[in-house]
Amino acid sequence: MSADIPLLSIREAFSRQFMRHFKALMGSPTDMANPLLFFFMVVTLFPMGLGPNPERLSVMAPGLLWVVALLSSLMVSSKLFGSDFEDGSLEQLAVAPYPLAILVMGEVSAHWLGTGLLLAVVSPLFGVMLGLPAHGLDVLFYSLVLGTVCLTLIGAIGSALTVSIRRGGLLMSLLVIPLNVPVLIFGNTAVSEAVSGGNPSTWLALLGGFAMGSLALVPIAISAALRVSLDN
Amino acid sequence: MALLTANNVAIERGGRRLLSGLRLSVESGDIWQLVGANGVGKTSLLRALAGVAKLGVSGQIKRDQPRLYLGDAHALKKNLSALDNLRCHPACDIHASDEAIFSALASLHLAGYEERPVGSLSAGQQRRVALTRLLLSQAPLWLLDEPFTALDVSGCDWLDAQIRSHVSAGGAVVYTSHQSSRFGALQQDIDLVHHVC
Repeated sequence: MSADIPLLSIREAFSRQFMRHFKALMGSPTDMANPLLFFFMVVTLFPMGLGPNPERLSVMAPGLLWVVALLSSLMVSSKLFGSDFEDGSLEQLAVAPYPLAILVMGEVSAHWLGTGLLLAVVSPLFGVMLGLPAHGLDVLFYSLVLGTVCLTLIGAIGSALTVSIRRGGLLMSLLVIPLNVPVLIFGNTAVSEAVSGGNPSTWLALLGGFAMGSLALVPIAISAALRVSLDN
Repeated sequence: MALLTANNVAIERGGRRLLSGLRLSVESGDIWQLVGANGVGKTSLLRALAGVAKLGVSGQIKRDQPRLYLGDAHALKKNLSALDNLRCHPACDIHASDEAIFSALASLHLAGYEERPVGSLSAGQQRRVALTRLLLSQAPLWLLDEPFTALDVSGCDWLDAQIRSHVSAGGAVVYTSHQSSRFGALQQDIDLVHHVC
């Protein structure tokens, strides 16, 4: 038997993992709809709780929208690797002859596309529901596109660390929420600036920098965390 | 040619030493069966040999060749079809065309089930989908954890024949099972009881 077995290119290995998780996500529409439904419910309830005062709502809207986006992203990221751990896919990823960080990024990017980006695309609608002025809507969208990249990646570290722990959800929130706070502040400030007529680009740039930094470093953290979880 | 050598391997789990002083050299053409009672550490050893778990494993394990590891979990996504599961398998060791995957599934009596979600198949059929990897991967070293469970008689015979033809082609197999030596003189046993401290 020959020793030189053809290997896939790294790009091909990445795209296969991406397709695997993207198809799995598409196959369970409820997983994709749940965070949006959560978002929708909270956005509908706020005007009822705070009173139907459009001025007050529109002042609070950037903060409200961002907090809800953070929570719904936390909700979905907490079980990112759960099914892979249970069905044995993680073991197989760990023995694959490719860097675990890259394979895992295939999965995380499929997850972001099906949850984070979807949320960002729908968010202007929720902005309108909360009376966010029209000139803030595009900044809300851009800030959430960049912000959900950060939130998904940070959530993925939390999920990787807690995947082998039964009922690790609370621990995961404790680990992840402090890391999400800067993202929340940058994103929220960008939208508020846009609403009040200021210049949101500084904040969007900061958010973009944060997203790029996470993209570069977080995969290494995720793969290290998954290896720790597999050892348990 | 040694496909895998383990030297002085000891495994500790949850503060308990499962086994120690294990020496193993898997040459091409070998079939090794790990035997021992429940909880003695067969799966832990197989995971250590495959390189899944590293914590608590001491000693040297040297793998020169690609290996195919099949755990007790099947690594199949329930809402994906058998075809998609194999095409995008997380071990990334399948380079076969779709036609090859179809014919491999057919030879395991799964023709007609290729596009059905794996979750709708029976336990034995899911096991067969997982075992299809044996036909599609080209890794010379197979590490199989309880491969005969959930298989019917014809499935067991099929697997038996696969393992025989794999080793006669120069591959090697390490497996765990509670069935006593299926391969007679072809196989060697490692009784983990001798390595327990």
